[in-house]
Amino acid sequence: MADLTELTLLQAAQGLRSKDFSSREITQAYLERIERLDGKVKAYLTVTAELALSQAKAADDRLAKGGTDLPPLLGVPLAVKDVLAVDGVRTTCGSKILENFVPPYTGTAVQRLLDAGMVVLGKTNTDEFAMGSSTENSAYFTTANPWDLSRVPGGSSGGSAASVAGRLAPAALGTDTGGSVRQPAAFCGVTGLKPTYGRVSRYGLIAYGSSLDSVGVLGRSAADAAALYTIMAGVDPLDSTSMDIPVPEIKFTGEDEIKGLKVGVPAEYFIEGIQPAVEEKVRAAIAQFEELGAEIIEVSLPHTKYALPVYYLIAPAEASANLARFDGVRYGLRVESEDMIDMFMETRGAGFGEEVKRRIMLGTYALSAGYYDAYYGQAQKVRTLIQQDFLKVFEQVDVIAAPVAPTTAFKPGEHRDDPLAMYLEDVFTLPANLAGVPGLAFPTGFDGDGLPVGMQLMGKHFGEETLLKAVHVYQQATEWGKDLPEV
Amino acid sequence: MSLTKEEVEHIALLARLNLSEEEKERYRGQLSSILEHVAQLQELDTANVKPMSSVLAEALALRADIPGESLTQEKLTANAPDAADNQFKVPPVLDNEG
Repeated sequence: MADLTELTLLQAAQGLRSKDFSSREITQAYLERIERLDGKVKAYLTVTAELALSQAKAADDRLAKGGTDLPPLLGVPLAVKDVLAVDGVRTTCGSKILENFVPPYTGTAVQRLLDAGMVVLGKTNTDEFAMGSSTENSAYFTTANPWDLSRVPGGSSGGSAASVAGRLAPAALGTDTGGSVRQPAAFCGVTGLKPTYGRVSRYGLIAYGSSLDSVGVLGRSAADAAALYTIMAGVDPLDSTSMDIPVPEIKFTGEDEIKGLKVGVPAEYFIEGIQPAVEEKVRAAIAQFEELGAEIIEVSLPHTKYALPVYYLIAPAEASANLARFDGVRYGLRVESEDMIDMFMETRGAGFGEEVKRRIMLGTYALSAGYYDAYYGQAQKVRTLIQQDFLKVFEQVDVIAAPVAPTTAFKPGEHRDDPLAMYLEDVFTLPANLAGVPGLAFPTGFDGDGLPVGMQLMGKHFGEETLLKAVHVYQQATEWGKDLPEV
Repeated sequence: MSLTKEEVEHIALLARLNLSEEEKERYRGQLSSILEHVAQLQELDTANVKPMSSVLAEALALRADIPGESLTQEKLTANAPDAADNQFKVPPVLDNEG
């Protein structure tokens, strides 16, 4: 039998349906590859082999019974970022404070995929509490980029991106608060969708920045991402921010879908400091979109440069509130002390890593008496201006095309001691989270060192379908993203 | 914008974070430069701009007030560092003189 890990998500689904192989066989193929190669890539924090094989068996039973209403991805494996709760499976958020936390329930996005018969291979590495752009902030280890093991995979969903690029999973769930699905997708040469805020339930996602967090997917193509997204999306009574707006079935029909598509190109995303190879590949891809029938229009998002300072006030402020729950009482680490306040302080001081403490400190300061209006209040107002930029441009265009990150994958330690330089990695991804719009990252070629370059299309609120269809046409017309590296 | 050591200690206390001397000094420097960077927001006139606290303009939905199934106390206390009789145990909150 051919190597089943070479199949895309949809090819795997098709093969299962026509009984070319069983869910057990493809699950086993992935588990064996993980066993053999994950020592090098280090994509997974926890491999759930036993659970995966029992889910595969259940899927095989359903497939054997047959019927017309079998869910489309029945029996297909996937990886899950370790910030999403899975009942009975250790969920660490890449943090020592949750080293032994075993959630007693499963988050909605994951549950919908499980109900559809998918198989969970394991939980992937992440920067601690999703705060970072490289997985270097994981309390456990740094994941390697499958294209060049001496480089980072991006972050915070770096384990998920590396699992897809390294063929250690056909697809993976990630989360995106400031670019954490799109930037690692770009660094690892895969496709990553950050849906509209409110599109996918966050129930069971351990919160970082609640007005920004979204659950997304990483896969080998827009078509694969669409298959997962349509199962996960939709209103959930357990998440009051999930919106009751119907999720369309996405049918890919052909090249016509890009004809006449109005693609906005914002000058503010092609700035000094962007690597020449990144700009070149992104511009080439935009030219390709034009060739395929899209109309390219120059647009302006004038408040783009304020996205970074706005994000680094709002996200830490929300994080400082969300992470107050880790106090050594109900779950996680406790450092014993005679005094209650001391117990809190010792527990949190010992349990959180450097970046998490930095953001809690920053957020606490921004929310503290005397500074609230000047920092947090002003950031919320400028956020309004950033969203208005997008709404205005979307009166004129259907999608916005931009780079994902100013650079390709860097080496661990390059930004040590300079948190601001690391924050600048997110400069092109933060605005979509602040405005709440969807973004789809996809590969557009390689730089001179053979590292993947990615770009993103951003869309209107609830406009995922437009993004996925446009990128699907591009991916049908080009080779980018089809080959994955030898690990 | 430069923070003092006392300010760092005050924030750490508010955030319930025990920091080493070395961490206090590191965060003092790094938070000062981050605050300097975010100060550029002050250059915008936002007198007539409404603050944005939610992405979507639509009102958030409230579900019908119907009791549902909850997790059991056993499950909810299973992760606790210290629990007994389905309750969380903590150090004394009130001292004896209080």
